[in-house]
Amino acid sequence: MMTLLDVAAIKADFPIFEKKMRNDARLVYLDSGATSQKPNQVMAAEQYFYTHHNAAVHRGSHLLAEEASAAYEGARETVAAFLGAKNDDVIFTKSATESINLLAYSFSNTATGRFALGAGDEILLSEMEHHANLIPWQQLAKRTGATLKWFGVTPEGRLDLSTIDQLISERTKIVALTHQSNVLGTINPIEKISEAVRKVGAIFVLDACQSIPHFAVDVAELGVDFLAFSGHKILGPTGIGVLWGRADLLAAMEPFLFGGSMIETVTMESATWAPAPRKFEAGVPNMAQAVGLAAAIDYLNAIGMDKVHDHEVTLTKYALDGLRTIKGLTIIGPTDMASRGGVVSFALDGIHPHDGGQVLDQYGIAVRTGHHCAWPLMRKYGVSGTTRASFYIYNDLADIDALVEGIEATKKYFKVS
Amino acid sequence: MELDSLYQEVILDHYKQPLHKGLSAEKTVQVHHVNPSCGDEITLNLLLEGDLVKDVTWDGVGCSISQASSSIMSDLVHGKSVEQALSILESFSELMSSKGSITGDEEILEDGVALAGVSKFPARVKCALLGWMAFKDAALQGRNKEKR
Repeated sequence: MMTLLDVAAIKADFPIFEKKMRNDARLVYLDSGATSQKPNQVMAAEQYFYTHHNAAVHRGSHLLAEEASAAYEGARETVAAFLGAKNDDVIFTKSATESINLLAYSFSNTATGRFALGAGDEILLSEMEHHANLIPWQQLAKRTGATLKWFGVTPEGRLDLSTIDQLISERTKIVALTHQSNVLGTINPIEKISEAVRKVGAIFVLDACQSIPHFAVDVAELGVDFLAFSGHKILGPTGIGVLWGRADLLAAMEPFLFGGSMIETVTMESATWAPAPRKFEAGVPNMAQAVGLAAAIDYLNAIGMDKVHDHEVTLTKYALDGLRTIKGLTIIGPTDMASRGGVVSFALDGIHPHDGGQVLDQYGIAVRTGHHCAWPLMRKYGVSGTTRASFYIYNDLADIDALVEGIEATKKYFKVS
Repeated sequence: MELDSLYQEVILDHYKQPLHKGLSAEKTVQVHHVNPSCGDEITLNLLLEGDLVKDVTWDGVGCSISQASSSIMSDLVHGKSVEQALSILESFSELMSSKGSITGDEEILEDGVALAGVSKFPARVKCALLGWMAFKDAALQGRNKEKR
């Protein structure tokens, strides 16, 4: 069944679609996996904060400080409700990258109990991780002497769970995985893996950058310990990210950034920390951006995350069917719709992704080309890079038709049959 | 189409039949360069005889611009002195940073002037420079080696 949103009505909220691209082409934006476009409601919320409430939160005794704090904490409530979480377990960061770095540094700053890492301990990742969920853990392993392990990826683009019993053991201290691959579109079976992780008492960190914007996620059901995502991929502003964590772990964890706002008492020689989430939010936070993120979540809630997901499933299925009619095109990632999101990567025989992307740009089609910050995965599939189309609520079937036609035109341009 | 200024026939010819591609056994220096934003890679062997660029061979993966540019570069510097080669490289760098304001000296750059259009596409300039920067690195390392 074809389930699509009213894209014309949605597009009316996104002024960027009025822009004329090269050769006066309309914008066919297929790069939401990198960053999403922003609706008027989000930009207006940010501006309204600056024009009506702007003051540093959690300090000052004036009306503006009170309103700014209420707006910022209100944004936290919106995010918490969206995740099925408690307010105090939601930490605002500047990005998902910062969220994951915060964890890696807080773990080594704590270095006791479940956070203790040393020689013989293992950090388990996967071959499909974005560099943001790979390098912070590589560095943590270097600092502590722990060993990195990883799940492989099958030729079909699924996580290879055949070795799960060997990979998850008493030595495993941290498991950090992506919820949905930013290259393959694969949605990983987190509930299933979290059961095994819990049995050995390891900490489970989920990179939810590519899942939270696209389907309903309830942190309690996933069974993970930490979850990170960024605001700018979910219709929100840049400069705002989220880290959710289990209350007991947040309470036991040392902070990563130190300074104003995050303290309880301070003397010249020492300091103690405020409880979470403040302990992890040193300095004046990105307030307007937090408010903008809440407006983005309100926008998506008004549509309904189930409808967002159905829309993207329809688009993705249509795209896979269309792309597979093109001779010389290979999909890199699952070609069936089971546990698969709206990200489609492909390679074209005889045409380098960068060259292909350049021709598509002449038709106003914005795709991502290259290694997608997932270099180890590119090596696995023996390519230097891919072309990636990723979908969101403002895309329709005509966008996918444009992509398919654009690829045929690209082949013609480079005289590839 | 604007695109034709980028993908001139000469470039596509070099892309399909690159010159000096395939690494030689003999070399003074080998360098490996990558373009971290797209994942393109080049390995370049430079053979010096005193101050003479005796041979340049290369291998790698990349887009048509980076492959064609490496092909053109390797042919241009062949048989030149290191100093001459670096001077050609200067001219090419100048062309790449010109944003389309100059067309390049065909006397110096030969087929390289076909890449002039690249300078109007800022995201592609680093593709065109990949092979050249690898050569520069190898030439400077090689010169130090020969001096010793």
